[in-house]
Amino acid sequence: MMKRDECFRVLARHVTDEVIVSTYSSAVDWLHLGERTLNYFSVGAMGLDSSHALGLALGRPGKRIICLQGDGSLLMNLGCLVTTAAAAPKNLVHIVVQNGTYEANGGHPIPNTEVDFAAMARAAGYAHVHDFSQLANFEQQAAHVLKQEGPVFATLHVEPSKPLTYDYPNLYDPARRKALKAALQSS
Amino acid sequence: MDADLLTEPDDKIELKGSGIIAAIKASGIEFILSVPDIVTSGGLLRPIARDPELKLIRVCKEDECIGIASGLSYCDKRALTLIQHTGFLDSINAIRGVAVEYGQPICMMIGLLQHDPYTTPRNSPRYGVRIIEPILDAMGIPHHLINEEPDVAKIKPAIDDAYAQSHPVALLIGRRPSAS
Repeated sequence: MMKRDECFRVLARHVTDEVIVSTYSSAVDWLHLGERTLNYFSVGAMGLDSSHALGLALGRPGKRIICLQGDGSLLMNLGCLVTTAAAAPKNLVHIVVQNGTYEANGGHPIPNTEVDFAAMARAAGYAHVHDFSQLANFEQQAAHVLKQEGPVFATLHVEPSKPLTYDYPNLYDPARRKALKAALQSS
Repeated sequence: MDADLLTEPDDKIELKGSGIIAAIKASGIEFILSVPDIVTSGGLLRPIARDPELKLIRVCKEDECIGIASGLSYCDKRALTLIQHTGFLDSINAIRGVAVEYGQPICMMIGLLQHDPYTTPRNSPRYGVRIIEPILDAMGIPHHLINEEPDVAKIKPAIDDAYAQSHPVALLIGRRPSAS
C-alpha cells in the first residue's frame, strides 16, 4: 500500500505551472511540499474540489489543472464524474486519493472502502483512467498520466496517514485566493 | 408542442425568454451551468442550449454549479447558474462556503417551481417558495424578482455588480418565461 505523502512527492517532481486543487488531508500534505501561488485550497464545501477544478479547466483551457481529491470528498459529489466526462476538458487530471476513511473528520471509514472509483470514472466516460497501488508503478507512470489528453482520472490507493494538523486559517487565507486569481488572470 | 413551452394557461402576462437571454448575454455571461427546471425549461434552457454564443454545462446536481462558477471566476469568466429553487435549497452549504464566506461572484437564476406569479414569493402558496427570500436575506445575498417584462432590466446591473463587488446574487424567476 502506498502513502499519500510519498505519492505527492512523486507528483511534485513533475509539476511546474499547473494549478493544483486540493482540500483537507491532501491539501495539508501537498502544502507541506512547498508554497506555490497556483495552489487552490478554498473549495468551500466538501466534495466541490472536483467542480472547482472543472471550472478552472473550462476557464483556462490552455493550462493544466490537477485535482487531488479525497475519496470521502468524491463520494459527496459522485455526479461530478459524469459532468466532467461530458464537459470533456482536455487539460484536467482528476486524482482521487483512496484511503478508505474520512481522515479529516476522525478517521471513520467511508461506507464501502472497496469502492472502485476507477471503474466509475471509466463508465462515466473519462478519456483515460488509471489505478495505482504500487509506488514504483506510479513513479514510472506519473509523467505520462499528467500529460495525457483529458479528462484523465487516477486512483491512488494509500494507507491512512499519521494524524495531521489542519491549519485551516492558513489554507483558506483570502490572500491565497487573491494571489491565485491575479496569477491566473495575468498569465 | 412540448409541455415546457407552454406558459401557465391562465397567465395573461408574458415574460419573454428572449429578453432574459439577451440580458444574460449583455451581462457578459459566457457559461450557463444548469440542472433543468420546468419553470425555465422551455423559455430559457432550450433556447440557451441552441445558442452558439453561450456555453451550456449540464451538471448532475446544483451544488456542482457553485464550484464550477467559482473556478471560472478565477479565470475572469462569467457564469450563470440556472436552477430550480429546490436545487438552491439543496446547495445551501456550497453557497454558504463559496459564495458568501469567500465572497465569490456566484450568479444564480432560480425558477420558483409552482409559485403563483400573481403573488409575491413571500406569499407564495408553496412553502418551498415562501422561504427562499428569507433564506437569501439571512445569508446576505442580494436578490431580485424577475416576474414581468420591466424586471428584465434588473438582470444586467445585478450581474455586473456581483462581479464588480465579488458577491453572490439571486435572480428569482416568478413565472414561466415564454419561448418567444
